[in-house]
Amino acid sequence: MLKGLIDPEFFEAFTSGEADESQHLPVYGTRDPLLGLCPSEVEEESGPAHHRLLRYLRKEVLPTTFCVGCGGGTVLNTFAHAIDEMHIDPREIVCVTGIGCSSWIPSPYFLCDTLHTTHGRAIAFACGVKVMRPDMKVIIIAGDGDLAGIGGNHLIHAARRNLDLSVFLVNNFIYGMTGGQVSPTTPFGTRTTTTPYLNLEHPFKIADVVAAAGGSYVARWTTYHVFQLMESMQNAINKKGFSFVEIISQCPVSYGKMTGTSDPVTLLKQLRDASIHVDDTDGMSEEDLEGKFVVGKLVERQRAEFGDGLRQLISERRESISAELDRGLRQDTSALETGR
Amino acid sequence: MNRPAENIELTDLYLAGLAEQEHFIQGDEAAALGAIFAGCTFFGGYPITPASEIAEVMARELPNVGGYYVQFEDELASISAVIGAAWAGARAMTATSGPGFSLMQENIGYACMTETPCVIINVQRSGPSTGQATLPAQGDVMQARWGTHGDHEIIALAPSSAQEAFDLVIRCFNLAEEYRTPVILLMDGEIGHLRERVILPDPRTVEQTQRRKAREGEDVFGGAIVPPMTEFGDGGFVHVTGSTHKEDGLRDVQTQSVHDRLVRRLVAKIEQAREEIALVDVDSEEGAEVGVLAYGATARPAKGAVLRARSEGRSVSFCRPVTIWPFPISRIQEASRGLRQLLVPEMNLGQLAREVERFVDCEVVPLSKIGGVVHSSQEIHAAIVEATDSC
Repeated sequence: MLKGLIDPEFFEAFTSGEADESQHLPVYGTRDPLLGLCPSEVEEESGPAHHRLLRYLRKEVLPTTFCVGCGGGTVLNTFAHAIDEMHIDPREIVCVTGIGCSSWIPSPYFLCDTLHTTHGRAIAFACGVKVMRPDMKVIIIAGDGDLAGIGGNHLIHAARRNLDLSVFLVNNFIYGMTGGQVSPTTPFGTRTTTTPYLNLEHPFKIADVVAAAGGSYVARWTTYHVFQLMESMQNAINKKGFSFVEIISQCPVSYGKMTGTSDPVTLLKQLRDASIHVDDTDGMSEEDLEGKFVVGKLVERQRAEFGDGLRQLISERRESISAELDRGLRQDTSALETGR
Repeated sequence: MNRPAENIELTDLYLAGLAEQEHFIQGDEAAALGAIFAGCTFFGGYPITPASEIAEVMARELPNVGGYYVQFEDELASISAVIGAAWAGARAMTATSGPGFSLMQENIGYACMTETPCVIINVQRSGPSTGQATLPAQGDVMQARWGTHGDHEIIALAPSSAQEAFDLVIRCFNLAEEYRTPVILLMDGEIGHLRERVILPDPRTVEQTQRRKAREGEDVFGGAIVPPMTEFGDGGFVHVTGSTHKEDGLRDVQTQSVHDRLVRRLVAKIEQAREEIALVDVDSEEGAEVGVLAYGATARPAKGAVLRARSEGRSVSFCRPVTIWPFPISRIQEASRGLRQLLVPEMNLGQLAREVERFVDCEVVPLSKIGGVVHSSQEIHAAIVEATDSC
């Protein structure tokens, strides 16, 4: 339904006030199709200080540290919308992050329990949280350097283990916070501060890696496709099991300065133009897809969830112990009754 | 913690059943059972000689008491998950040996900085690097103290028997809760694999220090030398970070005074409790000029050597620090008063001897032995004879 960015017919109807929203967008409710805002709920005063989703943010730490044109703000906005539309109480969310620009998206900005961990370990910390608190939504948002580089081992093993976590990997192809060094997703032949003579390594297609490792839900979108991304985030959060959304994002400053353009709009258009929906890739070869971002849902599968397995095991062991204790007590009682 | 009453009752009945049985078990197994009796609800681990038996017992016993065992992809993940679980309400533990302990150091620092109660068992083996993987050592005394970067204090206890491994793990869990800090059981491979009789207590008599939870509006990262804790899902929107943070948990990585206040408090909360945490087994002799100080596996041949020397009419004092960190300064000073020589046998090249030397008035003689073999009683006895003859 949302393979294109926005249905042009709906956009026209919406702006002229004739849209039947319930018919066109049954999932999303009402909102401004360009800004992602719900006009009916925006307060009288306009401007960012009065954004209706401010209640989801820690106001005392605003404004954000994101550079102008960074995709981080878009991801935060989309995430807040996703949570808002799902009517999830933020007290039931734990956001776990690592180190790097993208880890700052939920931490400290999103107002929920936030566990800001060491570099690369967010998923591992999150495993401990989720095992103990299966009732809470445990969501990891971090970058490509953090989750695919230093923490890559935790990522593939978490996908294999299939604990009910939602991972949103913001892939901007670069170590941004440290000033623009090559990352495990930097395209081949790209100039960065540590590949001044161009990158000689091949990048991970990280969503494909997670799909192969056993993720229960795996998708890829870009910061250009905000509505599809929001829907994908919601599907990931709803999916029981390990779910993963790769969010291709722009870094106008650390990446852009070395790769030709720092203009965020140009970068976003590049993301749009390089994207191809997974449903449209039938018959395309690896060469055809070179330099393209295959977006959409890549995998959805049903596998036993690890936390359920642990709790089932406990319940079986406890029942068995309980039965043994009962037998023991009955034997004791019968011993008393027979006077032995 | 936070377990329904019927679960606690069933757990107590189950553990009481275990306690009725005879146990001739390794130090590793005893330590794992200690964790179960201490109310451990989460274990994250990775196999490593000579600590794997701890993971095996935890995998077997945790489901029986309603707890969770997860084997992770490495030690980095194990300690990470333990810290995450602690913030989600668990009494959490991991167990490893030298190489894995090295991998855990960064997040042990994270646990210090975020004041996360958790227990790490390090069954020391011969290093550096892969070293003599199957053989015991006491080479991680200083790694336990200084392994993670930056200023911090740590608590580490060293058992000398399988029974003590059981008892001390329970103490580790309680110290972790009391001081909101990671606590290390600094066992050695010799004790870890030593098989001995262990007596398990009535589970209802095992003291379990409960986590002190913050009231609404109370600071979780300051305001008291050991602040109360909160847990995920409590509704307090807690922000936990390894970055320098203010009393409310929010980052401030630029202000000198904020970092100074935080790190000095983290150090002071352990420092001021040095006497309370100090466990030292002292067996002094009036008028002795020679003493032996030993810990862990080494304390056993050392004690044997001291008793033999005494039976020969030699006057020798004995002292066994159970608490290694914070170093029990005044207790060791007291135990060494009047001595001319203090022999310190240990399975490293003098790591604790150097610390002893900083605080005692007498001459400190390291009796170092490395190579994966525990000192014999004869070796230590010979050193005592030499020392007493020369004094």
